[in-house]
Amino acid sequence: MALLPGRPRPEPTPETQHFWDGARDGKLLLQRCGDTGRAYFPPRPFSPYTGTRNVEVFEASGRATLHSYVIHHRKVPGFEPPYAIAVVELEEGPRMMTNIVDCPQTPEALVLDMPLEVVFTPMDETITLPLFRPAQSGTKGA
Amino acid sequence: MTIKPGSIAIVGAAESTRIGTVPEMSQIMLHADAALNAMADAGLKPGDIDGVACTGPMMTQQIAHYLGITPSWVDGTSVGGCSFMLHVRHAAAAIHAGYCKTVLITHGESGKSRVNGTPRPAEPQSLNGQFEMPYGPFGPPTLFPIPVLRYMKKYGVTHEQLAQVAVVQREWAGKNPRAAQREPITVEDVLNSRMIAYPFRLLQCCLVTDGGGALIVTSADRAKDFPSRPAYILGTGESVETNMISQMEDFTSSRAFRVAGPTAFQAAGIRHADVDHLMIYDAFAHLPLYGLEDLGFVGRGEAKDFIWERNTAPGGKLPMNTNGGGLSYTHTGMYGMFALQESVRQVRGTAPAQVPDVEISVCHGVGGMFSASGTVILGRDRP
Repeated sequence: MALLPGRPRPEPTPETQHFWDGARDGKLLLQRCGDTGRAYFPPRPFSPYTGTRNVEVFEASGRATLHSYVIHHRKVPGFEPPYAIAVVELEEGPRMMTNIVDCPQTPEALVLDMPLEVVFTPMDETITLPLFRPAQSGTKGA
Repeated sequence: MTIKPGSIAIVGAAESTRIGTVPEMSQIMLHADAALNAMADAGLKPGDIDGVACTGPMMTQQIAHYLGITPSWVDGTSVGGCSFMLHVRHAAAAIHAGYCKTVLITHGESGKSRVNGTPRPAEPQSLNGQFEMPYGPFGPPTLFPIPVLRYMKKYGVTHEQLAQVAVVQREWAGKNPRAAQREPITVEDVLNSRMIAYPFRLLQCCLVTDGGGALIVTSADRAKDFPSRPAYILGTGESVETNMISQMEDFTSSRAFRVAGPTAFQAAGIRHADVDHLMIYDAFAHLPLYGLEDLGFVGRGEAKDFIWERNTAPGGKLPMNTNGGGLSYTHTGMYGMFALQESVRQVRGTAPAQVPDVEISVCHGVGGMFSASGTVILGRDRP
């Protein structure tokens, strides 16, 4: 799918650049705490669990479940209502806000805990958004 | 050096002369109008004030200078709509420590008319700007309700039960001449109102109004010197969690609520059965449910039935949001000041919908979208 013009564009910072570079290259990058082994998000060069700077970047599976959402019914720049603003729970644990694509934007179609997979959607040459779609049967996700 | 319950008191409390649609006042004048009313309530002049607290970048100095105050203590804590609960807590500590004697806390917001209103830009380099805004949130109605479906699934909450929150609060508003919305509504009315962000419809979202409020806090030893009845501060609590609702650790409970509420109860040395009156900041219809559970008034998942069975309604055993709340009374953008005003009125015995014989009122606020919390417990009598 193509994104509509007017959608707010994220601007990477030094601490998040790797995430956006990864998304542009089709990889969903998370970070892992060197002390606990637990994954975290959003990006930062230290662990929110222990404060250690000993952290590593790794590629997530792209598999997630639908944790919660709203379906917005008013028109805003860059979006065609109704559209769902969703939070997904990644297989590795962290949650992130996203949109659900290739799926009707209705309560009947958007069922909590349904399996999802990431689909990388370019905004421009440098920014690609990780969106999610219902998991395709017979595949292992993105 | 804990603060003994009741050793600090609110001795002045007032809202702006008018609330609702007030285009004749800029935002700073709404602060000042409420401040002048609160000083009149306490019989004080600006020269009697030596501490100032309000929210917003550089606002403390703007308000102090505008009112002609030379403070020896200031607080600019800005954690959203519950900032005033934190101001009360910080003022009590400052007075206890001897940093100042008489603190003025002000709020003013031209939320509806936008006369010198607060701009709310989403900085595209902020974490919100990078990891939430690209997915289409557009103001609190699209963000604050995001956890609701998870809460509904976990506890089997129906749309009718979430609608009942708005119905009950409209009943309270009907008793309050200053409330913006006073016409009775039914569960059906709520469920037929315009869809804003599923699962929430228009009548489950707060109002957007103009208004202000101010409080004056001082030592309880001086409280008898003032013309109005004091409201004694029994206990307070505060916390923050995250400015990104997508990152709150549990979508069915607020960590900030779970810290602020019990901290205040412990400081006050009271039990839930002691509470005669309750305010839970209701920017949206789910907040009273989270608040009732996170503060321990009911067990997990029990708030839906507690409200449905009219325990918080007029005549119920735990009167809640008795001014009509953010849903029906007023909501300038930072409603916490108005919740505090109603708690003060209830312990003073001067509320439009007065609950009989209120000795203890709990006032619980939220800031941002579950991002911060403050709790203030007020008493009619000094323990």
